[in-house]
Amino acid sequence: MSNLSRRKLITTGLAATAGASGLAVAASLARRYGLIPPDHGGIYGAGETLTYGAQRLLTRHSLAREFSPSQISARPVANGKPPEDEAFKRFQAGGFTDWRLSVDGMVAHPASFSLAELKSYPSRSQITHLACEEGWSFIAEWTGVPLSHVLTVAGISPHARYVVYSSMQRGWWDSIDMADALHPQTLVTYGMNGGELPVGHGGPLRLRVPRQLGYKNVKYINRLTVTDSLKGFGKGLGSASPEYGYAWYAGI
Amino acid sequence: MADPATPRHTAVVRITHWITTLSFFALLVSGIEIVISHPRFYWGEAGNIYTPALFQLPIPASRASVQTGYGYVLPDQNGWSRYLHFQAAWIAVLTGLLYVVWGSFTRHFGKNLLPGRADLSWRALSTRIAAHLRFKRPDAAEAWSYNALQRLTYLFVIFVLFPLVIWTGLAMSPAIASAFPAAVSVLGGQQSARTIHFFVSVVLLLFLVIHIAMIFLAGFKNRMRAMITGRAGKHMEHA
Repeated sequence: MSNLSRRKLITTGLAATAGASGLAVAASLARRYGLIPPDHGGIYGAGETLTYGAQRLLTRHSLAREFSPSQISARPVANGKPPEDEAFKRFQAGGFTDWRLSVDGMVAHPASFSLAELKSYPSRSQITHLACEEGWSFIAEWTGVPLSHVLTVAGISPHARYVVYSSMQRGWWDSIDMADALHPQTLVTYGMNGGELPVGHGGPLRLRVPRQLGYKNVKYINRLTVTDSLKGFGKGLGSASPEYGYAWYAGI
Repeated sequence: MADPATPRHTAVVRITHWITTLSFFALLVSGIEIVISHPRFYWGEAGNIYTPALFQLPIPASRASVQTGYGYVLPDQNGWSRYLHFQAAWIAVLTGLLYVVWGSFTRHFGKNLLPGRADLSWRALSTRIAAHLRFKRPDAAEAWSYNALQRLTYLFVIFVLFPLVIWTGLAMSPAIASAFPAAVSVLGGQQSARTIHFFVSVVLLLFLVIHIAMIFLAGFKNRMRAMITGRAGKHMEHA
């Protein structure tokens, strides 16, 4: 073997080792800082991880744009239909006075809140854009209690990494990371455009995550579970959406 | 005449060209799938079935909520289309960055894409356009270098259309809009961004069609060999 090709071999070997260890370090850093989404597997995992990781680095603390009252859409679109089962209809007939939102998992005081209790907490109103992944959108004023307040009342563990939220609508459950869960604009929403949140828009309770697309804003929520791992939920992909082929992270 | 040993296109140009081609087709197919879920376009921040449309494409939709005049709804393909669209966008953007950084370091843009001053006169350009309109086959020199119209077109695609389509794509993201609100408001709003994204995509598609037509006109085999192997061929076609 000539000196030249040996040198080339050594350089290539060193470069490959440096590249591989660089990737390994990047992967371990990404895991440590929570930059890998639960649906990172499969053929689209690389793109999804780049999108989620990049947007987490750029947007961890950014605030969704808020609009003026004159920009509120005259007629907001209520996409989909409310649950049709008897249990939901009973709640509806009773004006949702019996509706409860339970909080369990990694919290010091698992609890269950009535609508009246949630409304007694400090509220926040914000005029934000809600965009559907299909391409249409509307602007409305949303009123509710910041999710971070509910989590503080329940005594959230410092080791918590995700909040899983489930709905009375069959098949709908989702989760967000702590950057969104503790974000000041993430609201457990009970009001819209100055009135009660209409059933068509998710009343009595809808989780509004204004930095993500419409489908992360699950309607009719009745349970929050705080966790450090999404493995035990559904197929472990973070929400029902990836099980239907849609991305878990919908910041884009 | 250039030395036949030097490649017509360098390895970086050839590799980034074909990666971009593959990503472009992935973006095109997935983009069409996404658009048929709501083939209505708006201007401003918000727009939906209850607001007047700027225009609506005369195609069937994959969601029942849009009135299309067709008696059927196409199957929903948005899940994989969105995953593929963003993955292909990442590949295209990273490839484009590599190309622009390499091109700046090697003076590729100055040497191969900026037209010479003499070629930029109205007289020279109009002669060139007239030749194109008569479908005149390119002369031998063009197997080794781009003509002024080509240079201007490629520069426009690389430095105007691609950045604009990336920007308007990002402006549709609610998370990006929260971090860079000005990037959305200067476009006129998120629905405006979507509408501009659509038009830029149409122009890019038009470029692709003309690009392929010109390759056939100039000699498909030679042009393809130049972009795949780098060799322009010993004897010039139609010389």
